[in-house]
Amino acid sequence: MNWFAIGNIADIPLRGARCVKTPQGKIAVFRTAENEVFAIEDHCPHKGGPLSQGIVHAKAVTCPLHNWVISLETGKALGADEGAVKTIALKNDGGALFIALESLMVAAE
Amino acid sequence: MTEKLVIIGNGMAPGRMLEHLLEKAPGQYAVTIFNAEPRVNYDRIMLSPVLSGEKDYEEIIIHGDGWYIKHGITLYKGHRIVAIDRDARTVTSDHGVTESYDKLVIATGSVPFILPVPGKDLPGVITYRDLDDVQAMLLAAQSREKAVVIGGGLLGLEAAAGLAGRGMDVTVLHVMPTLMDRQLDPAAGYLLQKELEGRGIKVLCKANTRAIVGNGKVEGIELEDGRIIPATLVVMAVGIRPSVGLAREAGLAINRGIVVDHGMQTSDGSIWALGECAEVGGMVYGLVAPLYEMARVAASHLAGEQGASFVHSDTPTKLKVTGIELFSLGDFADGDDREEIVLRDASAGVYKRLVLKGNKIIGTVLYGETADGAWFNDLKKKQTDISEMRETLIFGQAYQGGAPLDPMAAVAALPDDAEICGCNGVCKGRIVSTITEKGLTALDEVRAHTKASASCGSCTGLVEQLMTLTLGDSYNPAAVQPMCRCTDLGHDDVRRLIKAKGLKTIPAVMQELEWKTSCGCAKCRPALNYYLVCDWPDDYADDYQSRFINERVHANIQKDGTYSVVPRMWGGVTNSGELRAIADVVDKFEIPLVKVTGGQRIDLLGIEKEDLPAVWADLGKAGFISGQAYAKGLRTVKTCVGSDWCRFGTQDSTGLGIRIEKFMWGSWTPAKLKLAVSGCPRNCAEATCKDIGVICVDSGFEIHFAGAAGLDIKGTEVLGLVKSEDEALEHIVALTQMYREQARYLERIYKWAKRIGLDEIRRQIIGDAGKRKAYYDRFVFSQKFAQVDPWSERVSGKDKHEFLPMASIGYGQAAE
Ligand SMILES: Cc1cc2nc3c(=O)[nH]c(=O)nc-3n(C[C@H](O)[C@H](O)[C@H](O)COP(=O)(O)OP(=O)(O)OC[C@H]3O[C@@H](n4cnc5c(N)ncnc54)[C@H](O)[C@@H]3O)c2cc1C
Ligand code: SF4
Ligand code: SF4
Ligand code: FES
Repeated sequence: MNWFAIGNIADIPLRGARCVKTPQGKIAVFRTAENEVFAIEDHCPHKGGPLSQGIVHAKAVTCPLHNWVISLETGKALGADEGAVKTIALKNDGGALFIALESLMVAAE
Repeated sequence: MTEKLVIIGNGMAPGRMLEHLLEKAPGQYAVTIFNAEPRVNYDRIMLSPVLSGEKDYEEIIIHGDGWYIKHGITLYKGHRIVAIDRDARTVTSDHGVTESYDKLVIATGSVPFILPVPGKDLPGVITYRDLDDVQAMLLAAQSREKAVVIGGGLLGLEAAAGLAGRGMDVTVLHVMPTLMDRQLDPAAGYLLQKELEGRGIKVLCKANTRAIVGNGKVEGIELEDGRIIPATLVVMAVGIRPSVGLAREAGLAINRGIVVDHGMQTSDGSIWALGECAEVGGMVYGLVAPLYEMARVAASHLAGEQGASFVHSDTPTKLKVTGIELFSLGDFADGDDREEIVLRDASAGVYKRLVLKGNKIIGTVLYGETADGAWFNDLKKKQTDISEMRETLIFGQAYQGGAPLDPMAAVAALPDDAEICGCNGVCKGRIVSTITEKGLTALDEVRAHTKASASCGSCTGLVEQLMTLTLGDSYNPAAVQPMCRCTDLGHDDVRRLIKAKGLKTIPAVMQELEWKTSCGCAKCRPALNYYLVCDWPDDYADDYQSRFINERVHANIQKDGTYSVVPRMWGGVTNSGELRAIADVVDKFEIPLVKVTGGQRIDLLGIEKEDLPAVWADLGKAGFISGQAYAKGLRTVKTCVGSDWCRFGTQDSTGLGIRIEKFMWGSWTPAKLKLAVSGCPRNCAEATCKDIGVICVDSGFEIHFAGAAGLDIKGTEVLGLVKSEDEALEHIVALTQMYREQARYLERIYKWAKRIGLDEIRRQIIGDAGKRKAYYDRFVFSQKFAQVDPWSERVSGKDKHEFLPMASIGYGQAAE
């Protein structure tokens, strides 16, 4: 596991999200109204919609394509839908944010 | 490997089968459906409420277009399959489309039986089977003339009640001595007849039709005894026949229906049949419950599971006519080995009869009071020995054990496996446990998760009682539909309270109106944001995080996460400079698709989000502003070339369209708003299916509104005729403002107009000059804050974070 610096919490709007580009695809980093930060793959389990573009509410985001609601904590679809997206470990060090990418997948280069 | 599954017919049986199949074996099949009816899958059994006006067509759609898109299913609407080639394994439609299959499902349903009498083909003679029939009846009913319904069964009586409710003078002809003789005994049939007669419907039993008479169109019916009954509309509802012609020609085994085994397979190993066209165990069926059982079995076999086998069960019959309570189940003929228990209460119009054999219930007829239907059904199904409660049985469950129970207690006392929804076979335990597990609070949610009361709806009362039982007083069925799960208040209450309490931010609304969640959800936040933008144009700071992505980044998100961009072209008019600028942008950013839209604009598709500000910067230099093709707001004003060019033109329709668009652009509305102006009644700008339209005439401008041409198609209503362009603008603007202030978020103007009433809108906008002026002034005021081009704002750096990634982790870093 390697930690990568991605920026500061203030770069993300409250109840909003930003993307981080990685060789494995985009990761969405969310900031909730309560100032918690979560990272998940930017790829809806339904049809791959960009979750970073959805509306953020409580600890969940609603996918912009067909309105699935995804939990930011577990990556699982909430409500009647079923599916899950990978969550990414995130460290908040006094506002400086780091995400963990598996060393294997990064080192494979 | 995906196999090809082709389905003929898109009725209720295959619809349900697909739901099961997608759940069991998603992705196993590439599915193609051919449907002779030009529409999606809807709840056929709810056609009667559409006829009576209690429901709209859109409320009875089971799978909308989006569902087919979501599941990658190809649906050919309006294609009737005319041939099956079993050797080549293909089917061919009447429009010449040929499709090959690995597996084929035939679900062609039934066709109404037509009495072979003279005159049966006259215009004005219709059957009762699909939405077209309902629309034909509604059209005929506008005349308020005389209608005859042939057939006093379930369908005939629902048609008769609907037509009578629409103001027609209706006579029902029935050959048998009493109505609904297949479902009711004579006593109950008699009570039913009295009730219908009380509602002004004439009923003639033992009436044999000899001919339908008329010259070029229906004028009446001639009975065997020579009587003539005048009518301008004849509805034939004398029964249905399984639709088997296609299968017969293909050489499949046919009896009354297409013969299938208990796994729903036909005599050809790659062809299945289900629904009303299928015959299983020597029986054909005409009610949805057994068809849904077929759907379950067929799906399971198609998914590769072997065991599933069709099980017969009796289905209760209910008449869906509001105010008539009727329940019939099983066998109720007289016989030596049978006993019966009857209860009559003439003054209350109640009749109940239980038919018993060996101390077990085998049949039930209830009229006037049907609350115990579910309980009797349960006793019958389980073959319960009733000798212990014989004395009180007929009084119903409430009387068992001495003291009468209230209806809630009766529902509470039902065992967990008692069937509540007959159509979908859902039992009490399943409903209660789903409500608790999933935390459901609204009837619609219970329908979505369990399917209970999602078909004919006659068990809605029971389901609501179960909800009250499970959720306690927090569930109040009479309450308005809440905005979403974050609040108990409906949209109208929230709008009223925002004004009344002077609430000016989303947190203030949530605090004061006691929102149940900390920061709302994707349903309520955009709605609240709109209400606040509309009500407090000068004070409210738009909350971008509560806007849907398209409105947040001012472009339209596409399925692959790229965006499309539509520059504004006033009234659909452009010039060489603009086109050149667009061409340059397309080349520079390698934009993959350029397309002309239905609203006379140019759409640039496939732009990466990061490129958006640069694209806008270049478009902006050529004078373009955002076309707001993404907005719940004013989209486009489409125009024809009008009197400047067209030899028929009566007014300058192009000029007026541009003037309206320049006046109204930038305004937010509850749902999208599309306008059009045509220069004469030839209507080349298609103004009569727009949210608001203008038809120019010699004497002035005819203003139309409340049209639709999307999922629904609806011609506009006329607001009124005005003489000058200035007046036209004032009326259109005032109407828009009234809609902005009153409609619910996402409610298109035609739905709002239907709810408020056309006359009320005309009264305020046409009839009351003071009101009109006030609406107009409020719109003009709010435009001061709304008419800011969002593209140029972003080009100058606003919301930069939206368009840039937060960080990029590249291979270089990874190597560290
Ligand atoms: C007014 C009304 C009220 C009803 N009320 C009730 C009720 O209260 N309770 C109840 O249980 N049942 C009720 N029913 C019956 C119920 O609606 C039917 O049993 C059920 O819809 C049959 O489903 P199906 O899929 O077999 O056929 P359908 O729903 O009839 O669908 C068949 C479809 O196949 C299409 N088709 C036919 N031939 C071809 C072809 N060659 N190529 C392509 N497409 C083709 C047809 O256009 C049709 O759309 C009612 C029916 C009506 C008409
Ligand atoms: S552009 Fe409109 S009609 Fe075409 S697929 Fe999309 S939603 Fe359907
Ligand atoms: S609507 Fe009338 S005026 Fe306009 S282009 Fe058509 S024919 Fe000409
Ligand atoms: S892709 Fe996310 S809901 Fe469909």
